[in-house]
Amino acid sequence: MAGRALGMGGGMEPAVIGARQADGTNGSHEPAFALHVEDLTATYSGDAVLWDVDLNVPPGVLAAIVGPNGAGKSTLLKCVIGAMRPAAGHVYVFGHPYRRQRHRVAYVPQRTSVDWDFPTTALDVVTMGLYGRLGWFRVPRRRETDEALQALALVGMDAYAERQISQLSGGQQQRVFLARALVQDADLYLMDEPFAGVDATTERAIVDLLKDLRARGKTVVAVHHDLQTVATYFDWLALLNVRLIAQGPVTEVYTPEHLRAAYGPRVVLLGVGGHAPQP
Amino acid sequence: MELLALFSDFTVRTVAIGAALVGAVAGVLGSFALLRQQILLGDTLSHAALPGICLGFLIAGSRRLEPILAGALVSGALAALLVLLLTRTTRIKTDAALGVSLSLFFAFGTVLLTYLQRHAGAAQAGLDAFLFGQAAALVPRDLVVLAVVGGASLLVVVLGWKELKVTTFDADFARSLGRPVVLIEFVLTVLIALAVVIGLQLVGVILMVALVIAPAAAARQWARRLEGMVVLAAVFGAASGVVGALVSASYRGLSTGPVIVLVASAFVVVSLLLAPERGVAWQLMHALAQRRSLRAHRVLVDLYRLAQDHDDLDYASEQGMLDAYFGGPTGHVLRRLERRGLVSRAQHMPEEGTHWILTGDGRRQARELLTPFGERDAAVDGATP
Repeated sequence: MAGRALGMGGGMEPAVIGARQADGTNGSHEPAFALHVEDLTATYSGDAVLWDVDLNVPPGVLAAIVGPNGAGKSTLLKCVIGAMRPAAGHVYVFGHPYRRQRHRVAYVPQRTSVDWDFPTTALDVVTMGLYGRLGWFRVPRRRETDEALQALALVGMDAYAERQISQLSGGQQQRVFLARALVQDADLYLMDEPFAGVDATTERAIVDLLKDLRARGKTVVAVHHDLQTVATYFDWLALLNVRLIAQGPVTEVYTPEHLRAAYGPRVVLLGVGGHAPQP
Repeated sequence: MELLALFSDFTVRTVAIGAALVGAVAGVLGSFALLRQQILLGDTLSHAALPGICLGFLIAGSRRLEPILAGALVSGALAALLVLLLTRTTRIKTDAALGVSLSLFFAFGTVLLTYLQRHAGAAQAGLDAFLFGQAAALVPRDLVVLAVVGGASLLVVVLGWKELKVTTFDADFARSLGRPVVLIEFVLTVLIALAVVIGLQLVGVILMVALVIAPAAAARQWARRLEGMVVLAAVFGAASGVVGALVSASYRGLSTGPVIVLVASAFVVVSLLLAPERGVAWQLMHALAQRRSLRAHRVLVDLYRLAQDHDDLDYASEQGMLDAYFGGPTGHVLRRLERRGLVSRAQHMPEEGTHWILTGDGRRQARELLTPFGERDAAVDGATP
């Protein structure tokens, strides 16, 4: 396993981080955090859904954002990518505002947020991942199609390239979304509930994909809803319930006290407190 | 024949070209309106155009198309603003707000229209033709206006194609790419409004929404990609416009709008019934084929079990026994299986009924059918979680 590095956030309590970089260094030329959220507050029609959240995700980790329904998990991601304007606070991606770092970020929305009866093919959806690079008026050509096909192959969907997206199963649709993110070749991947409503085969495929991304030095921040798998799939955890409850390496944060603070006293968990089960 | 002769007529040609343009533009932007679930907005825009049409006429003092269309666009925009205002500041939901805005503007327009017809010579100007559309009122000058506005709209769609597509499919993702989604959605709404407005003279404010929705809905049935859907919707829209306008131009006293809408609706009905994969007929056939293959699978499995029971893979089952085992006549199913080489006949005695034996292929398929789905999955996947 990679060596431990000490990460510091301006004014934050120091966090011990198992940061891993592609080149094996702790990447001192890189900012300490892949994603740094400062004093973020967001409201929906006057009600606070995020309150004064400070989040620091070091580079090279698989981070889960976990919390009960309505905890503001999806809102947090939307504030990061500028799909929602926060009431207050700042977001930095690798040390800079998001709008200067777009090309280094890939966003995977919730699968159910789009109309899957839209007339298009799996390949076409994945090609949309290259629209950012193409700019406004250039059209996708052979090179873009090849890249999209490669990304589909990475998620085991190359046989479905020309398939109508309405004919795909939920798990296949999720893989198409992931392929669209892969083709963006980002450094930070933001995923909203990538495991929601997928079959066991897809779940395993996604886990393998996440580990592969980590091995290549990428950072993943995923909204996750399954407390039973969080310690197995992720190595960094942020517990959220409007306010940030705790954040850090999953082994330190995934404790009964923290979970009770996020979910209330009635949460019952198996295997919490000891070592996380290995897959 | 009569229609061909009509084309040599100058007026009729003008009408046909105008109708084709209006239909094509409505088809293209209707596709986006349909996918964005903005059809009701289109209906509100077209009904709300009526007061603008009257005021445009009043201000210009003539029946020139430009001021009338400008008035239509402005009052449509005001109606859309009212919808925004209602949904943002009250508890009224979008569909109710659209209804409120539509009826308010349409009622105001009707009052203006009836007043103008009495007092300002609107009757001579044929302003009431804007209710149901009048192809005969189209003059060559109008064609230029339609061509410029329609052509510009289509040009914007072509140039902004990628952005319109990604924003319509997945707005949050488009935002993450840094696209100005609010601006793109605004432009799209303006384009839809323009498509509605240029059709008002031909189709009328009451039925214009049909020319926006019908070609797009018909095209959605056949198309596998947005590109195909938009092109097909343009073709359907143009065809509806031309046929409807020509028919109404060749009979005195026929309003153009209803005829065009009837033609467009015919495209929808045919498409709903016959389109592959999404059509009703196709789905029925698919269901029948599935029922048939299910029956065939059951008979195969029955034959296999009977053979197993007799510890003889080449056991020949008598058809009467199979009928009883299956719970119904199996002759036609077995004959189909025979054609596919899965079973073969064995005639024991001339006076006895037909006996059937599974072929090697038939046995293989029966065994595969008997393997539980879970085990088949595991064989494909490798490991279990």
